[in-house]
Amino acid sequence: MPADVQTDARSSGIAHDLNTRGRAWYIDRAVSVGVFVGGVSAIVFIVGIFVFVTREGLDFVIGPMDAKEFFTSINWRPTSERNPTYGILALMAGTASVTGLAMLVAVPFSLGAAIYIAEFASGKMRESLKVLVELLAAIPSVVWGFVGMTIMNPLIIEFFDVAVGLSVLNAGVILGLMAAPIMTTIAEDALKAVPDSYREAAEAMGATRWQVVFKVVLPAAKSGLMASVLLGVGRGFGETMAVLMASGHAINLPTSPFDSVRALTATIAAELGDTARGSDHYGVLFTLGIFLFVVTFIINLTADIVVKGVGRK
Amino acid sequence: MSMFARTPLDQHNRRIEWLVKTLFLMMTVLLIIPVALIMSILIYRGAPALSLEFLTQVPTNGMTAGGIMTALVGTIWIVTVALIASVPIGVAAAVYLSEYAPDNWLTRAINLAIINLAGVPSIVHALFGLGAFVVFFGFGRSILAASLTLAVMTLPVVIVSTRESLQAVPHAFREACWNMGATRWQTIWRVVLPNSISGILTGVILEVSRTAGETAPIMFTGAAAFLPFLPQGVLDQTMAMSLHLYVVATQVPNVPEALPFGVALVLISMVLVMNAMSIAFRVYLRNKRKW
Amino acid sequence: MVEASPKLSVRDLTVRYGDKTALDAVSLDVLTNEILGIIGPANSGKTSFLRALNRMEEFDPNMTVQGDIFFEGQNITAIRNVYALRRKVGVVFPLPVGLPMSVYDNVAFAPRLAGIRKRAELDVIVERCLTRAALWDEVKDRLDALGSLLSGGQQQRLTIARALSQNPELLLLDEFSIAVDPVTTMRIEDVLKELKHEITIVLVTNLVQQARRLADRTAFFLQSELVEIAETEELFTGTVQDQRTRDYVEGRFG
Repeated sequence: MPADVQTDARSSGIAHDLNTRGRAWYIDRAVSVGVFVGGVSAIVFIVGIFVFVTREGLDFVIGPMDAKEFFTSINWRPTSERNPTYGILALMAGTASVTGLAMLVAVPFSLGAAIYIAEFASGKMRESLKVLVELLAAIPSVVWGFVGMTIMNPLIIEFFDVAVGLSVLNAGVILGLMAAPIMTTIAEDALKAVPDSYREAAEAMGATRWQVVFKVVLPAAKSGLMASVLLGVGRGFGETMAVLMASGHAINLPTSPFDSVRALTATIAAELGDTARGSDHYGVLFTLGIFLFVVTFIINLTADIVVKGVGRK
Repeated sequence: MSMFARTPLDQHNRRIEWLVKTLFLMMTVLLIIPVALIMSILIYRGAPALSLEFLTQVPTNGMTAGGIMTALVGTIWIVTVALIASVPIGVAAAVYLSEYAPDNWLTRAINLAIINLAGVPSIVHALFGLGAFVVFFGFGRSILAASLTLAVMTLPVVIVSTRESLQAVPHAFREACWNMGATRWQTIWRVVLPNSISGILTGVILEVSRTAGETAPIMFTGAAAFLPFLPQGVLDQTMAMSLHLYVVATQVPNVPEALPFGVALVLISMVLVMNAMSIAFRVYLRNKRKW
Repeated sequence: MVEASPKLSVRDLTVRYGDKTALDAVSLDVLTNEILGIIGPANSGKTSFLRALNRMEEFDPNMTVQGDIFFEGQNITAIRNVYALRRKVGVVFPLPVGLPMSVYDNVAFAPRLAGIRKRAELDVIVERCLTRAALWDEVKDRLDALGSLLSGGQQQRLTIARALSQNPELLLLDEFSIAVDPVTTMRIEDVLKELKHEITIVLVTNLVQQARRLADRTAFFLQSELVEIAETEELFTGTVQDQRTRDYVEGRFG
């Protein structure tokens, strides 16, 4: 029965319209392909970063690199003519000590600020604080490095009576101040994501505001808060200019916060300009880049999994 | 004698409540005060260096005198080219993710890629820019290579903010258009974009401020420590504000004390003014809802 | 009964949201230039039926449709241009949506999509459609006001005007009177009676009496199934009816 109708209708104008793809149809198709390419470009770029950094570092990795020396030696002497050594242990210690101190500074303050902004501050206060935090996050890292050199440095020398103020302490505090605003923002988002019904339910049972925060909101936002800390670690780990300028940039296994250290990122920034493409020194700096890429990739991936929850899809 | 009378337990709780609140407020304030102090010191020590000549003259005497004009103009070049490259790609990606992408593995992979693009250290972006744009594509150390490096690095900023403003347009508007026979693109072009364009602009301003302040990604891809002249095209090298600050602060001997503070002050003012603009724009938008 | 050619033939139409069945194997015809009323309690599948006619499963990844729908003899899953189908099928859903553009642009949206650019032509269409939707008198002096900021009832009528502006072959109305006062509802009902000389109308309604006033034939949906379809007066008064239909139209449940 419908089949009969179909043959009749095929010649009609409506049937023609329904089966004619006009300009709009083709434009829509073209745009959908175009924006798809835009979307996929993000993958292309992240793969591209890995490929191109590896491409420049590969000669070193398969050539003169000694993995054991690379990870366990504290001797970073890439410019030595007789016997260059490429141990990054001291550089890793530098990065770790600065990042660790930075987290010591940033975690309590950023979580505290996030809790205040999300749970206690109201109306105008909350908005102004959020704007301030956002502005803090915008200060360029080279300015922070400059602050470390010119403001923190003499302060530390004077206050602690030490010879050098460019140290783990200096870079750690600077880095903590840098990372805190971003961690605050992410942590506040995590707190805000806890449904109000949780808070209301707890308040209905007679809990006070701070009891609600500690017993209900914080446990519920745990994974988001952990992710904010992880992303802070990732940021500290990857920060370049500020650490280069404020850490003293001396190869050292630090034993106190007043020791100068050198970070992985800063090493690349400081030395890459003096190397010739194809040399071992050039290759080892790109190898450091591969290492940094892989570690931050893992940190970001972990943060993403923590936020989304492992079993949930 | 009502049941709402204050009991000693109530008062105890109130006191704790006040303590906790004050403690968190202190932490917030302690986060902000050092930065406020730092800003005042920058202004106090940098202001003597500022003058119209400082902004309009070329650095002289091995960068120990003169102005910062070449660096300022160079930063404008780099930011502009980076925007031209990243905004179309970023907006396209955001439109795809918000309007077209099905919920499948590829979309999840794209989202993961965006998170990682934002998380990769800036120095690794620098290595990528050197390996890809300077060496492989043969752009040499140039504005083009530096800007493309920054474009890739700041792409997530554009994508994330654009996607947010697209998704702030209620889904019901889209369905209403589709039901009238509008294609997806007609719907986006006539309803979704006109109602999110200001949000997209906010994100772009944010990207500008981010791009202007970056140092590491341009050090080896196109920014020069010192050039006595302005770039003539995108394949020239150029000075840049951020690198200039690094150079005068660490590499140049006998710089008068106020000079690097002046550079830092100008750089931070550029960045903060743009951020403030973006925030003001957003507040204005929120107060002017169309539905 | 004269065998009029069906505007729309639906065969074994099943609609699911996830694994929940909203409409189960419904078959019926909608005849050219009739008003077909669809009545039934909430969640009986009425709205899902309308959604399938416009291929709205493409907006909702959760929604799946099985069975065949023939519009003017064309299987709508096989046609090459789904946008042309949606232009010929106007829909009005119970939640009114005024687009965030001027009232004028709201109504001119579909004509513009169809390629009409001349202001004079658009003016005529806008006035005609707004008049038919009983909105013209209220908005004629502020055609540049935002459609999304009108009152709920006005937005509902704006949605009707928009559906009419498409110049549809088939008009689908889903409980259009929910946000509209009784007097205006009557005015729109009068318009619908006139319109059926030009177009075919499917009217989903929760008001049994509205179906009785307007519909030539009425279908009764219950628990995702079509219980029966008949001439309206037969359904309400006749003897052929299913007991469940009688209970529903007489108000014993629903």
